[in-house]
Amino acid sequence: MITEWITLLESPNFRWVMIGSLLLGFSSGVIGCFVYLRKQSLISDGMAHATLPGVAFMYILFQNKSLPVLLIGATVTSLLATSFIQMIIKQTKLKTDAAIGVILSVFFGFGILLLSYIQQNMSGNQAGIDSFIFGQAASIVKNDVYTIGVVSLLVLLLTVIFFREFYYTTFDFTFSKGIGIPVKWVNGLLFSLLVAVIVIGIQMVGVVLIVALLITPSLAARYWTDSLGKMTVISGTFGAISGLIGTISSSVIQNLPTGPMIVLTASVLFFISLLFGSKRGMVVRRLAR
Amino acid sequence: MTTYTLWIIITGCLVGFTCGISGSILVLRKMAMIADAISHTVLLGIVLAFLVTQSISGFPMLIGALVIGLFTAIFIEMLHRTGIPSDAAIGVVFTSLFALGVVLISFVGNQVHLDVKHALMGEITFVPWNQLMIAGESYGPVAVWMLGIVCILNIVMIIIFYRPIKISTFDPAYAKLIGIPVGFIHYLLMSMVSLSTVASFDSVGAILVVAMLIVPGATAYLLSQRFLLVIVLSGLIGILSAISGYIVASFWNVSIAGAMATMTGVFFVFAYLFSPRQGVLVKKIQHKKSKVRVS
Repeated sequence: MITEWITLLESPNFRWVMIGSLLLGFSSGVIGCFVYLRKQSLISDGMAHATLPGVAFMYILFQNKSLPVLLIGATVTSLLATSFIQMIIKQTKLKTDAAIGVILSVFFGFGILLLSYIQQNMSGNQAGIDSFIFGQAASIVKNDVYTIGVVSLLVLLLTVIFFREFYYTTFDFTFSKGIGIPVKWVNGLLFSLLVAVIVIGIQMVGVVLIVALLITPSLAARYWTDSLGKMTVISGTFGAISGLIGTISSSVIQNLPTGPMIVLTASVLFFISLLFGSKRGMVVRRLAR
Repeated sequence: MTTYTLWIIITGCLVGFTCGISGSILVLRKMAMIADAISHTVLLGIVLAFLVTQSISGFPMLIGALVIGLFTAIFIEMLHRTGIPSDAAIGVVFTSLFALGVVLISFVGNQVHLDVKHALMGEITFVPWNQLMIAGESYGPVAVWMLGIVCILNIVMIIIFYRPIKISTFDPAYAKLIGIPVGFIHYLLMSMVSLSTVASFDSVGAILVVAMLIVPGATAYLLSQRFLLVIVLSGLIGILSAISGYIVASFWNVSIAGAMATMTGVFFVFAYLFSPRQGVLVKKIQHKKSKVRVS
């Protein structure tokens, strides 16, 4: 066991994957805070599921597993799904949850259909394509880590630069309009960052569970602080820890999928926070009573 | 058509009908995403049932799914009460329990015929092979029996509690006022969804069940306003999706479950565009006509 650990840590590829999971976890934790506060958790779940047909379609089209190509497809179908959801809410009597449910399940089902088409009818090296469902850290190579790392850093940088704008538009829409913040642009930017995080996350965490990496750390962070600034940092840290532990454990133990391990780690952090969080954890509340 | 194909189509239709009728009620109650959550977490129930009984037989699986399904609903409700917005509560609960289920499967999966892929996408093509054997006689596939029982149970429950379900769906405050046990109805529906999910699990997998639960219900709701008609239409659309999905799948040689889910989407698009009162295209045409009349 211990020798396995040492050989693993010495492998240069694994070090890269660790850095990737760390950055991904941190950036999704940070963006997740805004997702949570703006009540967009379920729509991000829909967006994540909707990336699957995009990935499969690009693979059929170009017969190429290069990550940027697949991720472009993921972005397109994810955006398509979002606009469909908004169209349904606007034009029919169906409510948000039904609209999300319809689009999520149909896009995902179609993605599965395309994946099965790839497996049945296409030759060549297709291994790793269905790892997008649950994520597989082992399928990640150095070049993919560059993509994940650069996008994560960009997301973090933009969040730091526009933190004030994000803050005001999240909490007080009219006020931010009043002080001259271009609300439409800021919302658009934040939405793009959300799409970016989801899309780079699907390879490691998988489309089914990536939403957990957005909401669970931020929900956990909520139990430790009332300030949004601190919340983003705590949430990012929780995300990074989850990414790291999930990746390491799934690499050491055979057959263990990466995504669910990352999510399980985040869930454990959430339950610890729910019980012992210093702001509104259950224990603190009991004691205060 | 061989008996083999026939069994697959019967299974698909039963999944479509069972999920269609129970799912449509949830869509009307604006709880579509709770159906989504339950159909994910039921996986954990199935794994736990296996860990306890060391076999994947029908009955313990139904019990395990029922327990975890209700647990999911209660848990979401609990977190929501502590002040977490309901969408985040749903998200955190179902991802946690589902992740736990998947991780447990990867530990026990190699001992049994149960792997992550099967659990997600199902293997409807294996359904006819697993026959119910009593005293050496074969009585048809186990999955069909399980689906049939759950289907009849759903129908019976809807008939018995038709009025309370209907009233508590459209006007919960009034329902409470006239003494309908709203909480009981809520958990009754949650149980129906859990059972439908687990019975469909073997054939279409945990995730594609979501399509069968939500999409036919949403489609039917676009077509009609009447409660009973929505339920019946939803069941029929489920059956149609299953049959047309099977045809598409065998024609292009693709995943049957994936094709069935895709077909629910096709029917939804039709209703979205052409529904007599709600259809987007229909509305546009009427709008134009009325304009012409004015001028």
